[in-house]
Amino acid sequence: MKWVTCAALIGLMSVAQSAHADEKLTVYSYRQAFLVEPILKRFTEETGIGVNVVFAKDGIAERIAREGRLSPADLVLTSDFSRLVELVEKDLTSPVQSAQLDNNIPAQYRDPEGQWYALTMRVRNIYTAKDRLGPQAIRYEELADPKYKGKICTRSGKHPYNIALVASMIAHHGEADTKTWLQGVKTNLARKPQGNDRGQVQAVKEGLCDIAIGNSYYYGNMLQDPEQMSWAEAVVINFPNQADRGAHVNVSGMVLARHAPNKDNAIKLMEFLSGDVAQKAYAEVNMEYPVKADVAPSTLVASWGEFKADQLPIFKLAEYHQAAVKLLDEVQFDL
Amino acid sequence: MILGLARSWSLTGYAIAVLLVLPLLALLLQAAQPDEAVFGHLLSTVLPTYIANSLWLILWVSIGSLLLALPCAWLMARCEFVGRRYLQWALLLPLAMPAYIVAYVYTDLLDYAGPVQRSLRALFGWSSPQDYFFPDIRTLGGAACVLSLVLFPYIYLLARTAFMEQSLNLAHASRIMGCSPWQSFWRLSLPMARPALAVGVALVAMETAADFATVNYFAVPTLTTAVYDTWLGYGNLTAAAKLSAIILLVVFSLIGVERFARRKQQLFQKQSRIQAIDLYRLSPMQTLLGLGYCGMLLLLAFVLPSGILLSYAINYFEQSWDPLFWQLSVNSLTLALITSLVCCVIALVLMFIRRVSPRSSDALPSRLASTGYALPGTVLAIGVLVPLTLLDFAINDIADWLGMAGPGLLLTGSTVALVFAFCVRFVAIAIGSVESSYKRISPSLDMVSLTLGQSPRRLLQRVHLPLLTKGLFAGALLVFIESMKELPAALLLRPIGFENLATYVFQFVSDEKLEHGALPAIVIVLVGLVPLIYLNRSLEQDNR
Repeated sequence: MKWVTCAALIGLMSVAQSAHADEKLTVYSYRQAFLVEPILKRFTEETGIGVNVVFAKDGIAERIAREGRLSPADLVLTSDFSRLVELVEKDLTSPVQSAQLDNNIPAQYRDPEGQWYALTMRVRNIYTAKDRLGPQAIRYEELADPKYKGKICTRSGKHPYNIALVASMIAHHGEADTKTWLQGVKTNLARKPQGNDRGQVQAVKEGLCDIAIGNSYYYGNMLQDPEQMSWAEAVVINFPNQADRGAHVNVSGMVLARHAPNKDNAIKLMEFLSGDVAQKAYAEVNMEYPVKADVAPSTLVASWGEFKADQLPIFKLAEYHQAAVKLLDEVQFDL
Repeated sequence: MILGLARSWSLTGYAIAVLLVLPLLALLLQAAQPDEAVFGHLLSTVLPTYIANSLWLILWVSIGSLLLALPCAWLMARCEFVGRRYLQWALLLPLAMPAYIVAYVYTDLLDYAGPVQRSLRALFGWSSPQDYFFPDIRTLGGAACVLSLVLFPYIYLLARTAFMEQSLNLAHASRIMGCSPWQSFWRLSLPMARPALAVGVALVAMETAADFATVNYFAVPTLTTAVYDTWLGYGNLTAAAKLSAIILLVVFSLIGVERFARRKQQLFQKQSRIQAIDLYRLSPMQTLLGLGYCGMLLLLAFVLPSGILLSYAINYFEQSWDPLFWQLSVNSLTLALITSLVCCVIALVLMFIRRVSPRSSDALPSRLASTGYALPGTVLAIGVLVPLTLLDFAINDIADWLGMAGPGLLLTGSTVALVFAFCVRFVAIAIGSVESSYKRISPSLDMVSLTLGQSPRRLLQRVHLPLLTKGLFAGALLVFIESMKELPAALLLRPIGFENLATYVFQFVSDEKLEHGALPAIVIVLVGLVPLIYLNRSLEQDNR
């Protein structure tokens, strides 16, 4: 019995790898590795600084909070704004002052104190069936219009992208009106919220609904995927609210971890991510809008035309995040 | 047992149990904190629906898996027909399939936009959902069907082992008394297999209760998705911990009911196994039915999903081939091996104590240790991080105090945290397996060997261990496969730079690109098949 236990323990110790890494950067990332890794590789080539990426779909903030002063994380990359703010609110970030970052990233896409920086931007678009509706000058408010009864498809209301959209509605219209709007949208759904943004576009193609809500870059990604091209070709991409406040945008971004062991290198990486090479890669690899003003989006993305973005300060999205989640529960949006 | 067992045994048992229950305690402490009225808000809005969904799902999946598994188990253990030898091991194959992948494949397949309904529409000229009726896959019923398909092998494995190990004398007696195979099944085999079946159903129920990825695909909100939601959407771990406590309550009630139902049952058999000569020979017609049934199950639970995965893998081979695979496979394998080894040792020690100790309180450690299985992986991960982080900090503080350089995150920053979490979650499987094996060892054996002056340790080594080998092995195998597939805990607890197959596949699945993750998903399945084949070999050798 004892030798088995010993063997087990020895085995345990042998695979236990120490988290100590010298001369390396550690990045905790909410963004998928396939997107981040090519960019980080370039960084390593240019600077000789090796980068470790830990990808997790959720719980990164929780993890860093627990790791406290021993946390190996230098930098956190997020895929939407609410997560950036969560890190700031839990006091897990340190402010960064860098002339290069300030030059590269416009003021509305970074925290005045340098606690967080946005890297890319995406629009929450409304897709319409090419043959049944055609291009529409549509507003988010119209999604609750009875004329679209049984015609709308969306993913879960609880997904961060939809929560941010609801938060922006609260910011513009207040909670009571937004609740009425949500109830209207729920009545108009062709099916209960399910699947992902691409799945909604596919459903439009199949005739299940005429309207789908989804992020802009999915459209580009589908057009480049031989299997999904026909889905994207069945819809028109519309930028909502162009006649009034503009389309709702969300951002992905980065923060410097509060206890980053390699602060200087981490700031180098942040500067690199805001620079031309990385911004271009974001634009080309994932069809997002770079935040750096002089980096053009990919040719494909540019072909969808110019659009007017909602000028709502981005921190408002975080302010109303909780309220949005509560409203979604109250109207039982997903049930 | 009416015999003194040294206190040191009990202490060991309790020490192990406390260690395994630490995450749970951390969670309960968390649940006891105030949570800014989030929980109350949930309770007044969506929670009743979540609870009802969870309970219905557990009920349907338990019934579904049992109904799917029983006929197969009986056919394979007690009947002789053409093709049985191949089917016998083939029916274990679905175990190697991660539930979330099967769910993904079926959702894709049967959705309105999926190929099945598309071809139906093309065939009959329908154009909109109003033109025809097709059951919606993304419902509670759909989720129950898919989960039953994925989970039935647990019951199949345990039931088949139980049927095979039933006493020869009884089988003979039933035949001499003129029982038909049916009567023999209903009146003899089934009641005698109840302990094993109960363990199987309990496992399935817990798996269902802890399942996140599958119900998430089916857009069926359950308590588990609510835990997730509350933690991430509301950013409120305390309310999430409160929800986890409800899940635990549900699971414990299940286990309680199951134990209460079997409270008066005792069953002792000598190990005289069913021989080939005692099998019922099936007529051609019966053979056809048996083959048809088992074959269809195999097709739905394994062949079809793997086929679809394969076709994805072939179509997307260029984009998804990566030399990393070997490293990822080794990581997954090592982790799973260590976890199953540790779980087996723990299960053996705890169940032995429970068996031979005269103190009824010594049954507690094994019960306590089994609770971790009911925790959803994500929540468990947090529960594991709390005590391990405290330990890590203590270690570093001591190092500072001694004037040495601290080792950093020794536990939470290494695979130790991962193995610990996996053990907490899966030791219940090993315990259940050892428990049902122990049920078949008569206590008179213990009395004899103790009367002959053997120490408890010798009794364990020389009498129990040989008799428990098969149960242990089946348990180890299940733990191994589970560890290969376990996702949420792995995602959150893995050390820096450590990837395994499950986390790698999940990157693609979460990004709605299963096509690109199909190749590593197939590797998970293949790696899971190796021990399955091995297990079957050992079962077959016993049959000769």
